Amino acid sequence: MSSLTNSAHLGEVTNSQSALRNFLHGLPGVDQVGADQRAAALGTRSIKTSAKAQALDLAISMVDLTTLEGSDTPGKVQALATKAMHPDPADPTCPKAAAVCVYSDMVAHAKERLGTSGVKVASVATAFPSGRAKLEIKLADTATAVEAGADEIDMVIDRGAFLAGRYLQVYDEIVSVKQACGKAHLKVIFETGELQTYDNVRRASWLAMIAGADFIKTSTGKVAPAATLPVTLVMLEAVRDFHLATGSMVGVKPAGGIRSAKDAIKYLVMVNEVVGQQWLTPDWFRFGASTLLNDLLMQRTKLKTGHYSGPDYFTLD
Amino acid sequence: MTPSKDVARTAAAFEYAPAPESNSIATIRPHVGLFIDGDFRDGSGRAFKTINPATEEVLSEVSEATEVDIDRAVKAARAAQRRWARLTGAERSKFLFRLARIIQERAREIAVLESIDNGKPIKESRDVDIPTAAAHFFYYAGWADKLEYSGHGPTPRPIGVCAAVIPWNFPFLMLAWKIAPALATGNTVVLKPAETTPLTALLFAEICQQADLPPGVVNIVTGAAATGAELVSHPGIDKIAFTGSTVVGRQIAKSVAGTDKSVTLELGGKAANIVFDDAPIDQAIEGIINGIFFNQGHVCCAGSRLLVQESVFEEVIDRLKRRMAILRVGDPLDKNTDIGAINSKSQLDKITELTESGLAEGADSWSPECTLPAKGYWFAPTVFTGVSQANRIAREEIFGPVLSVLTFRTPKEAVEKANNTPYGLSAGVWTEKGSRSLWMASQLRAGVVWSNTFNRFDPASPFGGYKESGYGREGGRHGLTAYLAPTHFTTSGSR
Repeated sequence: MSSLTNSAHLGEVTNSQSALRNFLHGLPGVDQVGADQRAAALGTRSIKTSAKAQALDLAISMVDLTTLEGSDTPGKVQALATKAMHPDPADPTCPKAAAVCVYSDMVAHAKERLGTSGVKVASVATAFPSGRAKLEIKLADTATAVEAGADEIDMVIDRGAFLAGRYLQVYDEIVSVKQACGKAHLKVIFETGELQTYDNVRRASWLAMIAGADFIKTSTGKVAPAATLPVTLVMLEAVRDFHLATGSMVGVKPAGGIRSAKDAIKYLVMVNEVVGQQWLTPDWFRFGASTLLNDLLMQRTKLKTGHYSGPDYFTLD
Repeated sequence: MTPSKDVARTAAAFEYAPAPESNSIATIRPHVGLFIDGDFRDGSGRAFKTINPATEEVLSEVSEATEVDIDRAVKAARAAQRRWARLTGAERSKFLFRLARIIQERAREIAVLESIDNGKPIKESRDVDIPTAAAHFFYYAGWADKLEYSGHGPTPRPIGVCAAVIPWNFPFLMLAWKIAPALATGNTVVLKPAETTPLTALLFAEICQQADLPPGVVNIVTGAAATGAELVSHPGIDKIAFTGSTVVGRQIAKSVAGTDKSVTLELGGKAANIVFDDAPIDQAIEGIINGIFFNQGHVCCAGSRLLVQESVFEEVIDRLKRRMAILRVGDPLDKNTDIGAINSKSQLDKITELTESGLAEGADSWSPECTLPAKGYWFAPTVFTGVSQANRIAREEIFGPVLSVLTFRTPKEAVEKANNTPYGLSAGVWTEKGSRSLWMASQLRAGVVWSNTFNRFDPASPFGGYKESGYGREGGRHGLTAYLAPTHFTTSGSR
């Protein structure tokens, strides 16, 4: 475990497959029962009144409003983009969402609608969601999105290579995609539901961070379970340790399965207590979600007015 | 990476607004009496006050039981015991299930009262003490009609009238630990709660009434040390179950020598929490925190001695300090409080005295910055490094939020240091290597050894100590033994 505080050798661990394997397998283990308990304990924090108002606004500003369906059309994407800019049309004080997240062929449509609003366009790439394609195709997919104006690229790792222990291949792919991103920020999706063990989640986190990920992201939303509190806890701990070792901050994005404001607040508490206040901005923490936003808006209105409005008071986009 | 967004946003502090549990759910009467033979009545001693340790406000005036009250309680328990033991196991189990369900139904009320009287955070009374107490009643309700199969002979018999003397750190949970197995096995009980925390025991008396428990099966007498001494030395007592300090345990053991009273003692501890270099580090840190700061460290099995493998000492201490820095100390009724109030002035004095001795003996102390409330009894979470086995803070039970850290080099040295204490209640072992956990567990002289966890309690698991930590086991099938007189009879095969 002492390796974590020593950043001097981090550059060398990717010199060879065996060096990388030794490093990743030398990371401290994660006790699953203990991690689950810690996540559950953080989930019992009681966030009320002013703290709740702050958390709801913060959560709204961290949403990557997402549509990743075969049935996506320019109209659907532009409607979503409009919603991201004005989540609550009735209340101008309501923050904007952080980004809209779409497939690479939809980036231009999203970009056109969002203009200079400050809401980013994130594009999934690299043969999302399975990642089963040749590297050239993944890079071309990335380039398509970047050329169309994507601010952020959400890539998937090759879980097959990871589970087979070909860590260096996973690393090289991330490095290549990062290069293809140019100025766009890179989010690296692990699909933790396929990695399954928390030890794997911790190793994938370090692998991606060493490879230059700007964000690490739990899931595609296409595999169950998607984001969970304990998985996010393990990733946050990795981000914290990476920061302590290198001084660099990496963002975290749980995605998929977070549907209620109550759950979103549990994640914010976790960020606050595990990595600290510094990460509590959309620059360093995001929610990949679609239905979450309306529950956040509903709770926000409830807090302001004292009563719940029906679902028809919030737009479906 | 640097934040290369167009507009660099700075994060605002996320302060948790106060989230107090309502105290109005708990009824606190200005005067409470003893519970004898199914009724509340005044004691004949001098009433004493119980206070809220977080505010120093007087909560209630509590009756003191003297010799005559105790005699009455023991006689009521004796009269009830014959009828209670004659019930079928299934009948007794019905009462226990009923008590368990009422505890669940009134859990919030009991939890609030416990936090007010004891000072412990509501999240602990709500999530640990009261649910675990209900679980004990459920567990032993299940045994009541199966005692013939518990390994105590074909017709195990109750011992009779039990005196239970319980401490202030887990008032309601310790009550459950004593009363549930005693009642399941056909015994009746006279229980004395600690003088600083009598209120939930008296609430339990109301629950007994609500459950239509026959009068005399549970009696509760309140008072301080003199009342306890009077109770355990009463000739009508058949069995004593005591949880508390080793000093008092020793007095009890002496006082019953030469009588036919049976005794179980659950006493102090100075548990080693042992962290190897291959430990799951983040969970180990949580385990250290939970081991010593759970319930303000007022835990007999607290992991008060941290033994860290020397190769990871600095890393563990750095991480521990970062974790300690976000502990929330304050109002026990706030749902976000991690560390509540010290239970009494005298306990606070004891903690203060021992930590001063640690400093005087040359150990280094560290506490996170935290503002302690002006009123009430408070002690900031503290860690001592540079501690050696010879220091008082490594040997004596502090019973507060104070951790002493020592180092070791090899598993053998860890075992030697862990066992080098007059106590032997619990221990924790943190390693990802299963074979090492098992080997350590076989070497440690402690009643409970936790592997990659700490301070976990389950009614099905026996709990108790070696050496000065006491004798007898509570919980599980083993917990029945203390309340049963084994019978062995043989019949001739030819008849």
